[in-house]
Amino acid sequence: MIDTVVAGIDQGTTSTRCMIFDRQGRTRSLAQREHRQAFPRPGWAQQDADEIWRDVQRLVPEALAQAGLGHDRVAALGIANQRETTVVWDRVTGRSVAPAITWQDTRTSAIVDDLVARGTTEQVMAVTGLQPRTYFAGPRLRWLLDHRRGLRDRAEAGELLFGTMESWLIWNLTGGVDGGVHVTDVTNASRTMLMDLSTGQWDDSMLDLLDIPRDVLPSIRSNAEIYGTCVAPLAGVPIAGALGDQQAALFGQTCFEPGDAKCTYGTGAFLLINAGSDRPTPGPSVLPTIAYALGDDAPVYAVEGSIAMAGSLVQWLRDALEIIPTAPQIETLASSVDHNGGCYIVPAFSGLYAPRWDQDARGVIVGLTSFVTKAHLARAALEATAWQTWEVVEAIRRDLGLSLDTLRVDGGMTSNHLLMQLVADVLDAKVERPLVSETVCLGAAYAAGLTVGYWSDLAALRHHRHVAAVWRPQMDPAERTREAAQWNRAVGHALGWVEPAR
Amino acid sequence: MPGAIQSVERAAAVLRILGGAGRPLRLSEIADALDLPKPTVFGLVRTLRDVGFVHQDRATSDYSLGEGVRNLHESGLDPHDLRSHAMNWSDALASRTRLEVHIGFPDQDGARIVHHVFRPGDAPQELRIGEVLPFHASALGKVMLGFVAGTPTAPRQLERYTRRTLISRAAFDAEMHRIRARGWASEGGELTAGIGAVAVPLRGYGGIGVGALGVTGPVEEVYRHAGPPRDSIVEATLDTAASISRSLGLRP
Repeated sequence: MIDTVVAGIDQGTTSTRCMIFDRQGRTRSLAQREHRQAFPRPGWAQQDADEIWRDVQRLVPEALAQAGLGHDRVAALGIANQRETTVVWDRVTGRSVAPAITWQDTRTSAIVDDLVARGTTEQVMAVTGLQPRTYFAGPRLRWLLDHRRGLRDRAEAGELLFGTMESWLIWNLTGGVDGGVHVTDVTNASRTMLMDLSTGQWDDSMLDLLDIPRDVLPSIRSNAEIYGTCVAPLAGVPIAGALGDQQAALFGQTCFEPGDAKCTYGTGAFLLINAGSDRPTPGPSVLPTIAYALGDDAPVYAVEGSIAMAGSLVQWLRDALEIIPTAPQIETLASSVDHNGGCYIVPAFSGLYAPRWDQDARGVIVGLTSFVTKAHLARAALEATAWQTWEVVEAIRRDLGLSLDTLRVDGGMTSNHLLMQLVADVLDAKVERPLVSETVCLGAAYAAGLTVGYWSDLAALRHHRHVAAVWRPQMDPAERTREAAQWNRAVGHALGWVEPAR
Repeated sequence: MPGAIQSVERAAAVLRILGGAGRPLRLSEIADALDLPKPTVFGLVRTLRDVGFVHQDRATSDYSLGEGVRNLHESGLDPHDLRSHAMNWSDALASRTRLEVHIGFPDQDGARIVHHVFRPGDAPQELRIGEVLPFHASALGKVMLGFVAGTPTAPRQLERYTRRTLISRAAFDAEMHRIRARGWASEGGELTAGIGAVAVPLRGYGGIGVGALGVTGPVEEVYRHAGPPRDSIVEATLDTAASISRSLGLRP
């Protein structure tokens, strides 16, 4: 039998990587390139989409060369990407017409404030499942059309195309100006604030609300189907899977049953739980979204809660307070004490995300006494990540009635044994780390491999999943209750700290 | 007798200057004090910074003595930094050998497990982080006795765990001789009957032994039938240790 593989691309915030997987779901090779990010003004964050496309053109051949394979051995290619990052390009020249605006960028706050002031919040939530926020791609497209000279006219004349990163890459990989396919997938589209979450199609009322011409939009497709066939450097390879990165991680973690959940611990933390085939209607604290839609199958929904600061709090202890020389050494310092000394850190540096959603919250450290040392602070920082995970999980348990007895984890912070134990303790749930930690690339590859029959079904994917570590809850329930109450009191001190402008 | 090595002398001089200055120094100040060109001094302070003997302020870029000089009694590598460097490599090793992977650090009474990757498969397993394995009866422990500076010596009385445990001093000394000669250690049911292991040293900058990487599983999967450990397993473990050691600063 010919040795074939599946390729996965993870187009992320700071870098793009390509990985090659074999039939057992094992990694054969990995190639990675970092790209520039620009922060030209406070609140702005942008990237060069053309640079990212050049990176992809080099990365895929690099990964294949490392694995010692030609591109004729690639059965399919899957793509996962940083969500909500907005690209507009010229369909004739094939070049982007403005820097890509990334998901961290908050320049659309005036557009979003206007939507809220016009009383559209209920309508937006009913259609898209999202509350108007600067987080999503639709308002960014509107901003570009309003603020970049000539773009609106050119958009209305049909000269421009819009997409998130997967649209941009698929269009280029399938030929660009020479027959490129202009599509997006349903998970990325669900984060534009332009898609009806129930139908999986662009919604006219949202397009009217944001004054966006329909012609610039890609068509919305499922996460596992053949969108098109690559031209060089992967001539003939079908592009057969695309998902937003967090949904790709959920898929790569094989969260295929309602109640299966994963949390990715990076700079921030993203928790997604499979919510089954009916559109969920959680309270306002967590967001309903699409988990995945495979070909013609009905979509599977998810609920998502994001935490703004996880690893970035550890970096702050390292860079701003200088109480640890390296990020991993927070575990060394935190393990030197067996409790937090009564000290709690609420890392609301730029407000709180799920489930509190308070942009006026600011960080606090409470409970300081002369007993508290830097070791207690280090422990409180890790506990803050655990308790924020707990808040999201409690909101999901309450709103959806889903029990969560296992949390699958990935991301750099999973190398922190103490943190993973704390998460298991406060959630009162098992925490599992999978053997392939690159779950985003793996999820994209899984979707693509399913489409072309490289893997037969979801059961086959589940069979390839191996657990690298499990942490079990060890905390006394009375202590959990007591500490949860303390955490809630600490958060109370952080909420609404910023005074309204006079 | 070889003569004095100039770069070692110069490195010592940099440390003396920084120790005596009483305040952080700019690169040009160090270069002036040594009467050396700035690129030469830059190479010296960069190397000293990478090994932890010199600290560079993030904001001003000035140099001062690093924690490493004050803590020369410590190994210089934090076990959690090691775990973070080693995680992807050790996951791949578990995947390749289909065995359980351990990373060990020397402790007073044995090799302490600081990182653990489960054996791929459906069998339920428990995390063994924090467990301490006896030096003389485990592959991880024997590697530490052989290659990691500062490891306590094996106890006078070699305790018996199974009928295969080496309890005679002569037999144990011969085993350590073999391990030092070939560069890796094995464990054939000496700690737990039916369990085998292979372990190799992990090295940081300058070749300093900092810990051990091991794989473990049923003896018949680790060893050839009635023979030594399988070549493929020894090779995979050595390859992985070389990759981890490179990421720790060991230059090939």
